[in-house]
Amino acid sequence: MIIYLLCLLLFCIGLYCILRKRNIIKIIVGIIIAEYAANLFFVLVAYRREGRAPIFAPDTDITNMVDPLPHALVLTAIVIGLATTALLVGIAMRIYEKYGTFDITKIKELRG
Amino acid sequence: MMDSLNIIPIFIILPLAGAFVTSLIARRIKVLPDILGNVVTLALSCFSIIAVKIAWTQGTLVYSVGSWKPPIGIAMVLDSLTAFMLVTVNVVAFAISIYAINYMEKYTAKWKFYTLFLLMLAGMNGVVITGDLFNLFVFLEIASVASYALVAFGTERHELEAAFKYAVMSTVGSLFILLGIVFLYSYTSTLNMADMANILAHQGLSKIGLFASVLFLMGFGLKAALVPFHAWLPDAHPSAPAPISAMLSGVLIKSLGVYTLCRIFYNVLGMSQEISSILMFLGALSMVIGVFLAIGQWDFKRLLAYHSISQIGYVVLGIGLGTPLGIMGGLFHLFNHSIFKSLLFLNSGAVEYATGTRNLQEMGGLSNKMPATTSTNLIASMSIAGIPPFNGFWSKLIIIIAAVQAQRYGYAFWAVLASILTLASFMKVMKYAYYGKLKEKLSKIREVPVFMTLGMIFLALICIGGGLLLVPELSKIFLKGATDVITEGTSYATVVFKGVMQ
Repeated sequence: MIIYLLCLLLFCIGLYCILRKRNIIKIIVGIIIAEYAANLFFVLVAYRREGRAPIFAPDTDITNMVDPLPHALVLTAIVIGLATTALLVGIAMRIYEKYGTFDITKIKELRG
Repeated sequence: MMDSLNIIPIFIILPLAGAFVTSLIARRIKVLPDILGNVVTLALSCFSIIAVKIAWTQGTLVYSVGSWKPPIGIAMVLDSLTAFMLVTVNVVAFAISIYAINYMEKYTAKWKFYTLFLLMLAGMNGVVITGDLFNLFVFLEIASVASYALVAFGTERHELEAAFKYAVMSTVGSLFILLGIVFLYSYTSTLNMADMANILAHQGLSKIGLFASVLFLMGFGLKAALVPFHAWLPDAHPSAPAPISAMLSGVLIKSLGVYTLCRIFYNVLGMSQEISSILMFLGALSMVIGVFLAIGQWDFKRLLAYHSISQIGYVVLGIGLGTPLGIMGGLFHLFNHSIFKSLLFLNSGAVEYATGTRNLQEMGGLSNKMPATTSTNLIASMSIAGIPPFNGFWSKLIIIIAAVQAQRYGYAFWAVLASILTLASFMKVMKYAYYGKLKEKLSKIREVPVFMTLGMIFLALICIGGGLLLVPELSKIFLKGATDVITEGTSYATVVFKGVMQ
């Protein structure tokens, strides 16, 4: 149980980072942390205590195998996260070129 | 039977292939991106209309990817609701890609635009057509990532700021959706939506299911820009190039937000009284707050963006009512809104193209110089404000009647009030932008090029004829089927598994 709570804590740290930090790069890091917490949680869901790799063989019986599906899905989610992060960093670089700062309180021209 | 099944993957393969070919060879041949983009969207619109006919005559069809039968393999499901959304998405995309031929000339990298545009289209079609929850997440991210890049397409100060804000908030929304999927998977051990609906109906929706519904409500509510989660929309939609604003406001928030809300809450989790009340409340809140924020705007596109929030409120209110009439009104308004809001954004793009400004106070008297833009904008304004006989009137009328029938008089009142305020704010647009005296420095402007006009006229004709969809013969095919899919709720699972057997 405690491990799930720690995972939730990690997610909350990520969200806090997104909501409270003023530096664009730190916000991006916050997104990465929250994303990894979600992925970690997905892997933990699949975990079985003293489970074994899900490989079928003639002489073994099908008991206590780790669920392989979440692993495949987490790989996909990581790749999606990579694409999002790369795009965000790209936008952050262009913002720095235009505004000369990473501080979001100074990048506030759209309002109303 | 086999032939009609094969239409299902086309909706994803065709735009993906188009995007790939465009990025591969189109940078050498200058006209190719235009031709390819328009041919692909035209073909998709034709296929989507065929899909409506197939869904009506043959019922729900299930395509198993790689011949792995669901619930183990990935399924793609074509039912009436899917066909309805496909028509909405692809017809609007076709009109927009005609318009973009001329409009995107002023940007240097047109092939990049078409690549991202087709990628976004593939994502939206995928979200609508998939029958697998994780696959839905993947397509949702494809469409979202393409849309972040498209919002930043101009790479000027405002575009970048809006794109960053949009990307961060939308990514957080996606994370909530992913977490919701994880919770549901841990509870049901399946990702196929039909199978999941079966298991949830069998085991009951425990606390995990409720927690997942809250996560979905936040995630999809953020994608649909319902009011507490709307802050990104008024920045992101005006900053994009006009065809993309039209695409985002017209179909992206609907296929990624509203459609997914309907599908998951009605067909997978099963609608409960609490969720229904929350949806109605959020809908009414968006409806009123959106229109109040819109009426004070002087930036043409920003005003339209706030109206998107308000009109999405109508759609969600109608769907949240849960009565067949309310759902039909909501879906019909979804279709109508995607037509007239794309048209309004294309009009604002045309005005910006001709005059170089988005500020309503700097315009005036454009009606003599730009007759096509003015008349199409007038049609769209009257549609959104709900003036008969244009399409927006009928759908708003149905939603209000449904609210009265369900004895939700308060919501009916707010719907009428928001409609009057919408009328007021579009009278402001028409007065300041098109009528009145022509400004001195605008004396040299001309009507926009032919393809932009064509795109706008095409959408305006649908606005005029849209009310005809309520004629019993047509609504039986188009609207009634989509409504039935939602009202039948979790028996969706039975229908899908019957489709697998075929």
